[in-house]
Amino acid sequence: MRDVAVIGVGMNKWGELWEAAIRDLLAESVLLALDDAGIDSVEAMYIGCMSSGLFTHQEHLGSIGPDYSGICPIPGMRVESACASGGAAFRAAYIHVASGMADIVMAAGVEKMTDVDGGGATFALATAADQEYEVYNGVTFPGLYAMMANHHMHKYGTTRDQLSQVAVKNHLNGSKNPLAQFRMKVTPDQVKNSVMVADPLTLLDCSPITDGSAAVILCSMDKAKELTRKRLVKIIGSGHASDTIQLAQREDISSLKSTNMAAKQALEMAGRKISDINFAEVHDCFTIAEIMVIEALGIAPQGKGGKATADGITAIDGKFPVNASGGLKSKGHPVGATGVAQIAEIVKQVRGEADEGRQVKKADIGLAQNMGGSGASSVVHILEGM
Amino acid sequence: MVGIVGYGAYIPRNRIKVEEIAKVWGADAPSYKRGLMLREKSVPSPDQDTITMSVEAAKSAIKRAGIDPREIGAVYVGSESHPYAVKPSGTIVAEAIGATPDCHCADFEFACKAGSEGMFVAMGLVKAGEIDYGMGIGADTSQGAPGDALEYSASAGAAAFIFGKKNVVAESQFTHSWMTDTPDFWRREHQFYPSHGGRFTGEPAYFRTINGCAKALLEKSKMKPSDFAFAVFHQPNGKFPMTVGKQLGFTEEQMNQGWLCPTLGNTYSGASPIGLTAILDIAKPGDKIFMVSYGSGAGSDGFIFEVTDRIKEVQNKAVHTRAMLDSDNRRYLDYGTYTKFRGKIKLRGE
Repeated sequence: MRDVAVIGVGMNKWGELWEAAIRDLLAESVLLALDDAGIDSVEAMYIGCMSSGLFTHQEHLGSIGPDYSGICPIPGMRVESACASGGAAFRAAYIHVASGMADIVMAAGVEKMTDVDGGGATFALATAADQEYEVYNGVTFPGLYAMMANHHMHKYGTTRDQLSQVAVKNHLNGSKNPLAQFRMKVTPDQVKNSVMVADPLTLLDCSPITDGSAAVILCSMDKAKELTRKRLVKIIGSGHASDTIQLAQREDISSLKSTNMAAKQALEMAGRKISDINFAEVHDCFTIAEIMVIEALGIAPQGKGGKATADGITAIDGKFPVNASGGLKSKGHPVGATGVAQIAEIVKQVRGEADEGRQVKKADIGLAQNMGGSGASSVVHILEGM
Repeated sequence: MVGIVGYGAYIPRNRIKVEEIAKVWGADAPSYKRGLMLREKSVPSPDQDTITMSVEAAKSAIKRAGIDPREIGAVYVGSESHPYAVKPSGTIVAEAIGATPDCHCADFEFACKAGSEGMFVAMGLVKAGEIDYGMGIGADTSQGAPGDALEYSASAGAAAFIFGKKNVVAESQFTHSWMTDTPDFWRREHQFYPSHGGRFTGEPAYFRTINGCAKALLEKSKMKPSDFAFAVFHQPNGKFPMTVGKQLGFTEEQMNQGWLCPTLGNTYSGASPIGLTAILDIAKPGDKIFMVSYGSGAGSDGFIFEVTDRIKEVQNKAVHTRAMLDSDNRRYLDYGTYTKFRGKIKLRGE
């Protein structure tokens, strides 16, 4: 395996983009990433997308991506792992370059979610859960994470206010991100008193429905040194693990085994400990998810994720900043794009190019954690500035 | 000078509160009230429909116009709840007010802007000299599917306007129509309840269309929001018209009088026309009024009126709109009675 760097990143403004089709979204970020890298094509493209079929009735993104980006006839391939599709696409692109099969490969991610109504989106997202045993019984994703939250609160004493603090922190960071969907700051009371979705999760505990895309360009290190004058950002760790798709089959629903396993793999590959990492972008699809993820990564001890958040450990100026981008909560969650956007954020931070007010002070090594379903798949990457 | 010579509105006496509907569906009433800026809505009685309400509003319009109904050369009823799929509402209305037989008649349908369409066309025929007086009516007994967000707002009411060249109370100075194919809300043949595109009905539909029409109208008239005493916009809920008005530069003071939705609900084809009647009830000579309707599908009709000296003579010739809205005669329904009144309970043999 040879060394691989990320030499270009692109992300469009996320939100309810009524005038943009999935092809427009995809092409916009692809072109931004090509521009950032200073190149006009790549040798292959992986596209993370959870459910373009259900959301837009359009499959075959392996053609749409290169076609509407104007870079045919390069090979394109869609990668799907529910909400971890973007992270999985990035890993596939990484393996492609690291193997020596190609020098320059793009990982893009996209989701166009507003072509269906709320019921349609809830149905599409619920296909990431077990259709026969979970969805059949009426469970949707807020319901699954609410069960996880209730168990976490019961077992570890995690509080309503600690959940709120995740949203407060991420909206504060997102308020400084011009590409974020919801840039308003929120207070703990607003989070607690917003409309109940699935007890204890309120509307402001949940990530939104978003149209958006992101793209990053991976390049062999030798070639990268020729191509870019920007700070080289090397992929030093990659991990990927699964867990039972059913929450009911897990030994413990208040911890995320797949995230823990993927993180162990990535850290071992990088030869680092979690304490060596400066900051992270994690999958806060619900506030409880961020609390459980920072525990699974080892940023906080098991059961102490809520307290760590409330203590400011994960704030932008804390000991271990988490979701400086605003996270899924504020930035938005176009599911297939999320994992790729996390990588784009890590690269921006490591290059020192993050927006004013949310640049992490020491940002040499960053970690991205992307998760599918209720933690049934997880992808973790660690990137270091050279 | 072409403009409004008589106007009238009708609002049924029945009401249902947001809390009463929310209770049945296990919904959070305060968040609906906050989100929709809506407290209650009007409900038609079982023997009321678009036609009967149109007749009531038309009679008030004739009283204010002070004309012989036989002088009315056109009757146009705009609604998305015409009682008959085939057979005009307008013929019954025209017959009931005594405007037949030398009269042109048509029913209009363009979701919530069918009423302003009738006004637009009636006024155009008067301006062209084809008829002396023309009547445009907007009326609806709107339906929202049980449990749908629409059920909190879909209400009933009517407004009627007679246009002419003599004895004008509000001169029509400028008009503009703006439309695109934007399918945000629809009801297909044989469907009882409408379907809608959720949040798509907002920014890319309502706001884009009203902004498009209003800006074109301001440009055409070379006027600015501060030139107007009043402004009224289509009001599918309480929040949208206030938001779009502020986006355009209008103030709450300019919009409050025509902003009926918080206690009336969404009267669909009647919405901005009824708002206009409430404004005319208190307007003073010289006041300028800015009105933009909205109909899903989607389009807007915009009007600029200037009130004349004659307004004072007609305001009290018929019941004021807000007097019906805030009447002591209001009757609050429980959800069961409401479903019976609205025909939501299907009886044996139906």
